Amino acid sequence: MAKPVKIILAGEGGQGVQSVAEILAEAANEEGKEALYIPNFGVEQRGGVSVAFLQVGDEHIGAPKFQTGDVVVALSRRAIPRTRQYVGKDTIFLYDANIEGAEQELPRHAKKILAIPAISLAKNELHPRVFNVIILGVIVKLTGVVSEEGAKKALESRLKYKFDKEPALRELNYKAIERGMGLVADAG
Amino acid sequence: MSLAQTIELAMPRCWRVDTKPHKFCPGCGHGLVLKALGYAIDELGIQDRAVFGCDIGCSLLSWDFFNLDTIQTHHGRTTPVITGIKRANPKLIGIAYMGDGGGYAIGSQHLVNAAARDEKITVILVNNTQYGMTGGQMAPTTLPGQKTETTPYGRDPEKTGFPFQGPEMVAAISRAGAYVARGTVANFRQLQRFLKRALENQMAGNGFSFVEVISACPTNWRTNAEETWNMIEHVLPQYFKVGEIKVPGAPAAQEGEKKDG
Amino acid sequence: MPKDKPIEGEKRVFMTGNEVVAWAALAADADIMFGYPITPQNEIMHYWTRLAPKFGRDFLQTEDELSAGFTTLGGVLAGRKAFTATAGPGNTLMQEPMSMAEAMRLPMVAIITQRGGPSTGTVIYSQQEVTMTTLGGNGEGMRIVYSTATHQELFDYTIKAFNAAWKYRFPTFVLGDGYQSKMRESLTIYDPAERGIAIVPPEPYFGKPGVPGVDRPPSQLRNTYNMEEELYEVVEHYLEDYAKVAPEVAEYHAHYVDDADLVVVAHGVVARAALMAVKELREDGYKVGYFRPVTLRPLPEKELREVAGRTKKFLVAESANGQLARLLKEGAYGCTTEMLPLFRPGMGITPEEVIAEAKKILG
Repeated sequence: MAKPVKIILAGEGGQGVQSVAEILAEAANEEGKEALYIPNFGVEQRGGVSVAFLQVGDEHIGAPKFQTGDVVVALSRRAIPRTRQYVGKDTIFLYDANIEGAEQELPRHAKKILAIPAISLAKNELHPRVFNVIILGVIVKLTGVVSEEGAKKALESRLKYKFDKEPALRELNYKAIERGMGLVADAG
Repeated sequence: MSLAQTIELAMPRCWRVDTKPHKFCPGCGHGLVLKALGYAIDELGIQDRAVFGCDIGCSLLSWDFFNLDTIQTHHGRTTPVITGIKRANPKLIGIAYMGDGGGYAIGSQHLVNAAARDEKITVILVNNTQYGMTGGQMAPTTLPGQKTETTPYGRDPEKTGFPFQGPEMVAAISRAGAYVARGTVANFRQLQRFLKRALENQMAGNGFSFVEVISACPTNWRTNAEETWNMIEHVLPQYFKVGEIKVPGAPAAQEGEKKDG
Repeated sequence: MPKDKPIEGEKRVFMTGNEVVAWAALAADADIMFGYPITPQNEIMHYWTRLAPKFGRDFLQTEDELSAGFTTLGGVLAGRKAFTATAGPGNTLMQEPMSMAEAMRLPMVAIITQRGGPSTGTVIYSQQEVTMTTLGGNGEGMRIVYSTATHQELFDYTIKAFNAAWKYRFPTFVLGDGYQSKMRESLTIYDPAERGIAIVPPEPYFGKPGVPGVDRPPSQLRNTYNMEEELYEVVEHYLEDYAKVAPEVAEYHAHYVDDADLVVVAHGVVARAALMAVKELREDGYKVGYFRPVTLRPLPEKELREVAGRTKKFLVAESANGQLARLLKEGAYGCTTEMLPLFRPGMGITPEEVIAEAKKILG
């Protein structure tokens, strides 16, 4: 059997890191896969780096936490050193290209390091509030743990009440997923 | 009526005859309080649904006192146990019986919060100004200057505070439907009436009910009969005012009730 | 009073452990929860307070854990399935009512979601409440403690805890942890009746029909005795009862233990990492086994001793400084098995750590 895909997402409180992990976990579960999502919920929640641990596989997941991620995503400067411990030689490490001074902090032994311009994309072309949805698209494309369709459906069921009130929001979110997926192809 | 006369009254019907004579010290006030409570239960006809909880301290000796379902709990914890019983089965009438240490010191948070939540239970607290069972230490109710095992030179209010005003506190934090009174073993008929009203208040679903009873501990006070009587009739009332403090429906506090007795 | 079934048939769900507990308590016909806020237990109350009124159940938020424990005992005395949930310093306070539950054989159920300690520690996770939950209070540890590892088990054993409590009349605990409380994973929730699981009905201690002393003897319970002999007689009798039911209550999981040179012993959520590690080590040709007590009180002593008799070494992996190991040492007293530690007080343990430690031991 294939081992589960292990994903770590880290960012500042309010960047929506936990929501992304939760949507991915729900989408995977809806697609009949096994998912285990565990937030880092310490006092760090307030004013610290927020970390989400996610595993998706075909069979029931083992231990909730793990040492090295297959994909580690850092969305703020502080999130880079915070997640360095989870980066191994097979890890794809992803960070936002807009983080100032990121280069000095980057892990050394990752299999691949990708800089994704999600912050600027959100700000300049979409909307800052869909920044984390762009990240969702990035992870969908990068890992294939859920389908694009599945991610959209999970997003829909979570934000239905908002989408119904403001249908343009649905378009914006779907576009954010698609653009996020596109970023991976560009960075590839 | 004198103390001797009240003791001679017939046993309440809800008392357990097979556990009498009871285990309290000679001259102890508990027997009188439990007798007044027994009469109140008899008069209300609630022996089939009254549930009695007693604390740690001398009050625990009442665990087999009545023909009532009875739980002897931990020090200070009778209020939450009776609260749990009442919440789980509101048809029962919950009586929490404790001393001043249990209610005003170790279990004070439970008394405060049960009163504030307006639990539909009746708390009866026997105030004998010290810890009886553990050998006469200072209680929150100990009088200024009173000698106890932990205030051998007399209680110094500067260091350890003034006698705790329990019913006054409960009256201040409880809702309009609460019944709050302070009785005394020196006035048996009045005490019986206060206890009955407290239970009636619970039965009517009005709210929390609380009766403090001024009582005697000749063993730890080291007083003879006359001195004991003087303490409960004259000394303690200087600090603890007897009467109904809060009565649902009453326009204002009914003071004193000295006329009756 | 007829109750609507909270769960019809079976349903695959994806939820947090705290939500699982609330559903399981509903399925077990729990009547009333008494609780006081403490992380990581809070959402058990949050879900319960949302669900309970829909099914005629009740809740009271008390002034502290002492009160939560003692009101729970009151609920039990009134003949209702009452429960509470707590963690860390709250569990410390809860030991007082627990010891009264032991003294009076009151079937209270408590869900413990372990957090880091000593003291306030962390709100996150640990296995540092093992000693306290199994042997806490002034007493003899006459309790039943189920240590769960998965959300499915949280559901299964919460139902079982209510049944065990009311069947055996010992206070019963579901020992979870912050990870299990907060993580989401899939499980199947079900109506116990449809799985053939009979729900043990509660029975009132107080308020039975008739006038006490007239139609029936009064029900009078005490925990204070005058003489050493009186207390001794009561405790001896309880201990006998406990010893009698222990083999029936004790549960464990064992894999690959028959030819193992080293057996990894773990409980709760750490057992998941241990089992993954053992499977991987086996794939690499290492003779490693896995043993997991599901009940920490009573411990599956017979099976533990059998495994100890066959293997040379135990590697005890736990998120505490040897709290499980202490129970194992007592349970396997006299066995010559060496007990090696992988202790991480208040820290999660990953399969990689277990594998590395096992390889170091096996050379």
